[in-house]
Amino acid sequence: MANIKSLSETRERLVGGHRLCGGCGASVAVRQVLLGAGADTEVVVGSATGCLEVSTTALPYSSWNTSFIHNAFENAAATISGVEAAYRGLKAAGKIAADKEIKFVAFGGDGGTYDIGLQSLSGALERGHDFVYVCYDNNAYMNTGIQRSSATPHYSWATTAEVGAAQPGKPQRRKDLTSIVAAHHIPYVAQASVGNWKDLVEKSEKAFNTPGPAFLNVLAPCPRGWRYTGDQTIEVARLAFRTKFWPLYEVQDGVWSMREVREKDLLPIEEFLRVQGRFKHLFAPENEHLIALLQAEVDEYYDYVRERCG
Amino acid sequence: MAEVTVLAATGNAMVAEAFRQAAPDVLAAYPITPQTAIVENFAKYVADGRVHTEFVAVESEHSAMSACIGASAAGARVATATSSQGLALMYEELHIASGMRLPIVMANANRALSAPINIHGDHSDVMGARDTGWILLFAETAQEAYDNSLISFRIAEHPSVQLPVMTTLDGFITTHAMERCELLDDETVAAYVGAYTPAYPLLNGETAAAQGMFASLGGTYFEIKKAERAAIDASMPCIKAAGEAWAAVCGRGFEVIDAWKCEDADYILVVLGSAAGNARVVARELRAQGIKAGVARIRVYRPFPFEELAQVLKGARAVGILDRSDSFGAQYGPVGLDVRSALYGEGLLIPTRDYIYGLGGADVTLDALRQAYGELQSLAAGELDQGLSYLGTR
Repeated sequence: MANIKSLSETRERLVGGHRLCGGCGASVAVRQVLLGAGADTEVVVGSATGCLEVSTTALPYSSWNTSFIHNAFENAAATISGVEAAYRGLKAAGKIAADKEIKFVAFGGDGGTYDIGLQSLSGALERGHDFVYVCYDNNAYMNTGIQRSSATPHYSWATTAEVGAAQPGKPQRRKDLTSIVAAHHIPYVAQASVGNWKDLVEKSEKAFNTPGPAFLNVLAPCPRGWRYTGDQTIEVARLAFRTKFWPLYEVQDGVWSMREVREKDLLPIEEFLRVQGRFKHLFAPENEHLIALLQAEVDEYYDYVRERCG
Repeated sequence: MAEVTVLAATGNAMVAEAFRQAAPDVLAAYPITPQTAIVENFAKYVADGRVHTEFVAVESEHSAMSACIGASAAGARVATATSSQGLALMYEELHIASGMRLPIVMANANRALSAPINIHGDHSDVMGARDTGWILLFAETAQEAYDNSLISFRIAEHPSVQLPVMTTLDGFITTHAMERCELLDDETVAAYVGAYTPAYPLLNGETAAAQGMFASLGGTYFEIKKAERAAIDASMPCIKAAGEAWAAVCGRGFEVIDAWKCEDADYILVVLGSAAGNARVVARELRAQGIKAGVARIRVYRPFPFEELAQVLKGARAVGILDRSDSFGAQYGPVGLDVRSALYGEGLLIPTRDYIYGLGGADVTLDALRQAYGELQSLAAGELDQGLSYLGTR
């Protein structure tokens, strides 16, 4: 069980001095996930190309207190699967001691995971490597300037899903990646958020302690892309949970369970949309009906998860 | 003393044997015609417990090379195999493997590229990889595919090389044809290949290592790329030493250019891979008629042995280059461009002609090669320009 005192005393694996923006949700997600790996465990980190990678590994510096590998954009899962295979192969060769334990984790954004890296992820999950894959979902290609991804919300503004007279932002709904991963029937899958640190760290502990593949989809708000100020990140993430935009749930050995929003905490989707510039256009009179559609969509997905939780 | 087993085997079977004997810690691969039997045979070695290797049966060639990069960066000895569209799918990863200085050994069954789709032998796939920073070896026979594959580990893992090596054999012609081959015993091969000690592995048990870092403006990228060229340029002595050391073990010679009767030749055909045999048959026939023909077969294509080649070609009156792929829009096919450049660099203004042949597995007939040697005589007599011919097409 995660407690704030012991976590605050745990050595950080992603250290300060990196170049991510103030208020970046990704660095919060990474630090909290790595706290769940266990204080004394040796961890090898892999990363897809993206904000996290370019901001933490600019030669000749590294912000990582662990061994780290970046390969390319679409193959963080395949790459870490190779590292994990090397660990087993070197053990079989007697070049790594049989009792030596190393954990493997790969991070990718929603671009590197939902979109270009989906095949690589699916392959690595199916092969059953012992690793944790973490998607830090900030809802768009933030590293290259807020282009839409399949994780970008319906009707959100993005630089490749513009708002104009002919189109009110992104025309399509989000992809449900967490369910797609759950359909691989791997031992552990969870959806978490930087707005709920205890829930996130506990899910990370489970992910690292589960033999075989584990997957965490972590909501990581982006002040630049979502158009809010950097001091609001945790609050925005909490609103995502309270408005059912981002349900917190897990699938452990096929059993679904969710952290439901308490009745008194429940808020309409407007409260999540209102604080972000990317949804500003939805509050124009001609677009207000879209907010009702979004409410119906988040309700539907929330109920879909709840049904699976039995 | 080495124990030799004589057997009838295909090139694919011999490459699989070489990989088994080199005992990689990880082999990540995806099956593709005509490389498939390499992966299948290796998978059987795994199933039978004959190797300690972690076999990673990936879902694509892109992931194959991605996993190889992860495994090699971690500190493992790594091998893989591919062909054609698979090699093309790996393209960005080929640059990353060499840029990260990872000594991965990959067999390539040389095959045509789509479109139109064609599964047969030519060099279109591997020529697309010629500028990716990999060392490239071409085998003429199944035996040489075995020899080259073993030599590859010694070259790649040499502390002063640290580059990936591609050991190639021609699709179907060499991958599938059964030949008399010699297999050396496992202990002798293990002693030749040696142990691998990675320089900066991720799994080093002591300090954190970082691989695949970000080098933006400021010149670091440029410096690293310059170092990469220096490494491949400087690899030639290591390639020769590895080849000669294997020659001493197995008794088969090693030359980066396999020159057949080039010393006094007036007309020389330059060739890569399996077509060399037919070229020698025609050259022998011409010599019986008093025409001094020779064949220069390039066994090491990257780094390009331009000095060695110029030395072999320097006395010729005309040189023809057999190109089993095209470089569309360029003056010649890729090998032709390299050969011409090597001649020019050594001040040898010997007339040349480029011959595109055998694309998509088209037959390389003796008649076609007779045509080429005939044209070289016209070329030397100033009756033909230094252009490009297609052999065996309408």
